[in-house]
Amino acid sequence: MTTLMTATDLPQVRGVKNIPVEEFYSSGHRTCQGCESALVMRLMIKAAGPRTIVLGSTGCMYVANTTYYSTPWVVPWMHTQLGSSGSAATGTAAGLASMMRKGKMNQEPINVIAFCGDGGGVDMGLSAISAALQHDEYNLLILCYDNESYANTDIQVSGSSPWGANSTFSPPGKVHRIMNSRWKKNTAPMLAAGHPDVRYIATACGSYGLDFNNKIRRALTIGGPTFIHSIDPCPKGWDYDPKYSHELGMLAIETGLWVQYEIIDGELILNGPSRSIAKGIRRRKPIEDYLSRQGRFAHFTPDDIAHFQQRVDDSWEKWWMPGVIPFTMSQD
Amino acid sequence: MTTTVPTDMFQQSTEELISGSEAIAIACALADVDVITAYPIRPYDTVMQYVSKLKADGAFDCDFIVAESEHSQFEIVKHASAVGARTFCGSSGVGWFYAFEAITVTAGLRMPVVAMVGNRALDDPGAFGVEHNDAMAVRDLGWHLYWVATAQEAMDIALLAWRVAEDRNVLLPFAISCDGSFLTHSQAIVQVPTREQVNRYLPGYNRHELQLHPDNPITVAPQVNEDWLMEIRRQTDEAMRRAVGVIYEAYDEFKEVFGRGDPSPFIEEYMTEDAEIILVGMGTLAMPTRVAVRRMREQGKKVGFVRVKFFRPFAVEEVQNALRGAKGIAVIDRDYSYGSPSFGGVLFHELRSTLYPLPERPLMLNFIAGLGGREVMVRDVNEMVETIEKALETGKIEQETTWINVRE
Repeated sequence: MTTLMTATDLPQVRGVKNIPVEEFYSSGHRTCQGCESALVMRLMIKAAGPRTIVLGSTGCMYVANTTYYSTPWVVPWMHTQLGSSGSAATGTAAGLASMMRKGKMNQEPINVIAFCGDGGGVDMGLSAISAALQHDEYNLLILCYDNESYANTDIQVSGSSPWGANSTFSPPGKVHRIMNSRWKKNTAPMLAAGHPDVRYIATACGSYGLDFNNKIRRALTIGGPTFIHSIDPCPKGWDYDPKYSHELGMLAIETGLWVQYEIIDGELILNGPSRSIAKGIRRRKPIEDYLSRQGRFAHFTPDDIAHFQQRVDDSWEKWWMPGVIPFTMSQD
Repeated sequence: MTTTVPTDMFQQSTEELISGSEAIAIACALADVDVITAYPIRPYDTVMQYVSKLKADGAFDCDFIVAESEHSQFEIVKHASAVGARTFCGSSGVGWFYAFEAITVTAGLRMPVVAMVGNRALDDPGAFGVEHNDAMAVRDLGWHLYWVATAQEAMDIALLAWRVAEDRNVLLPFAISCDGSFLTHSQAIVQVPTREQVNRYLPGYNRHELQLHPDNPITVAPQVNEDWLMEIRRQTDEAMRRAVGVIYEAYDEFKEVFGRGDPSPFIEEYMTEDAEIILVGMGTLAMPTRVAVRRMREQGKKVGFVRVKFFRPFAVEEVQNALRGAKGIAVIDRDYSYGSPSFGGVLFHELRSTLYPLPERPLMLNFIAGLGGREVMVRDVNEMVETIEKALETGKIEQETTWINVRE
């Protein structure tokens, strides 16, 4: 068993004033106005600091961020293939570990973060992420920024798109109103359940910056492979005025559709509004408040909204662990 | 599986009865490879069985990662290479194809990954035996592509592979093609060099300002589009051109340090002097071909054989010089290229292209042989020579491409 060497200069932060001022994701990108994923990149690397290598799989955060001769990354950054965030993190961490152990490189903690979109993570890269999460000898973080479609290629439906959402591969038509009949994949709990040795898995949202900062730092300092799944409102793909990105992120959580939590060493801790909802301190907002703000659901009938609401209600009332584990234990 | 080499090895040069796969595994230990990725598919995976055993026995220290697919296998070493680690991986047949996206970008990113291809027929239908189409698929992408014929050559070329691939003037990946079963699983006597010799021959891998590290915050492979892609393609082309010179240099050094090797790193000539008919082929079919040539020589026939070793970079001048003056060239392809000119094999087309500028072009025939691991035998080679003799005699080509030893 190798001893893992993690960063020691990444404390948990209380109060937004204690978040570092330095930017390691700066100008030079050309993401859309209101892009929440760009904010996620900025928060991610702000939390991780300069002794970090970032691997970015194909997607918006590759194409819109890094154009030849123009990069927003102040830290070392490298492209990886669409389904390769897990492999990129593993290979980078393995290369560093091997050379440090063999004296070919200075011994020091270097953070390794690989990010992927929902297309690259929830769909194509799932097996490589799963494999990476089995390597408890490497420190690495895989961050899935989920804007709920293949937003870089023209907004096509992914396994992480919501039920019924309009996309260029699931357009409502004269005969078929609902072209995407799949419910959003329950990714973080699937990875947590499937990889019991992983010490840290969390969901996150850029609307809660402090929480986001601390989650990144927890993931990088706990030791071993870790995973964070972030929900990122996307003005282009979700079809809303860019100024509402933050608000939509909050609504996703306040309606109970997205649940904020950390799983630390096998213990699930709900965060923020999700915690208040679970404790009964706060009532879930109706899902219509969230759906009606987005053009991608404009074709929904009252029945569709009722169906969507029912699914969210079920996830809180019928699931074994509200919003997390979608089955129950037999009473027999 | 047991390794035949003791763990306190490499102090002295030894002779071992080992397979091509084991020879390459030992080369990995000698070269002190840092990251090795494995995924099972026959026949290449024998090399990984030996590597894992060598690691388990403490013969060398590496991060040995069993990936969850060939795609990940190649992506992992690509990224390990980017931070400066020496790497090795490999595959066979459809496994190599499963990794194809990663294989493509490895060359595009100029990562000097060394891979063993245990040549295997592509599915479907399933077949374990050798065909060259798997490795051939990377011929246009910027990979060095070498076909070995013996276990000794497998070890030697593996050591040369890191030397060439990691050269500052090259930085391109290197595929060592080994015929499935005939090379991967067949044992032969191999001279294992000492670690001291290998250290003298093989410098450490250093990416300098290209290394991905917090001390060197570079952005690797941003989107370029039409603005810059052509210049970057051109750089890879120039690197492959430079590789020719580096290979000569590295091969000369190899011969100096290890005291063995052919006159040329690119081709092997066998009885080509004054030959009127020359057979051309790659890989382990060299052995039956040499036997057939030797016997025909005994009967007074002026026949020779050229084995193409480096398929990429392809040594045009050397091949031209070796074949210049022959009246007939019989190209043996252990591959196919459906619908290609003359419905011939890939090597045949390369040879045609190579010989076209010659003032006097020889008559050329193509023979597709040994697919799916079917053995190429002396009598098959005899048949090829008889066919080309007849064509030379009559001045008429009945068919340019003939499938050898195939049921009609």
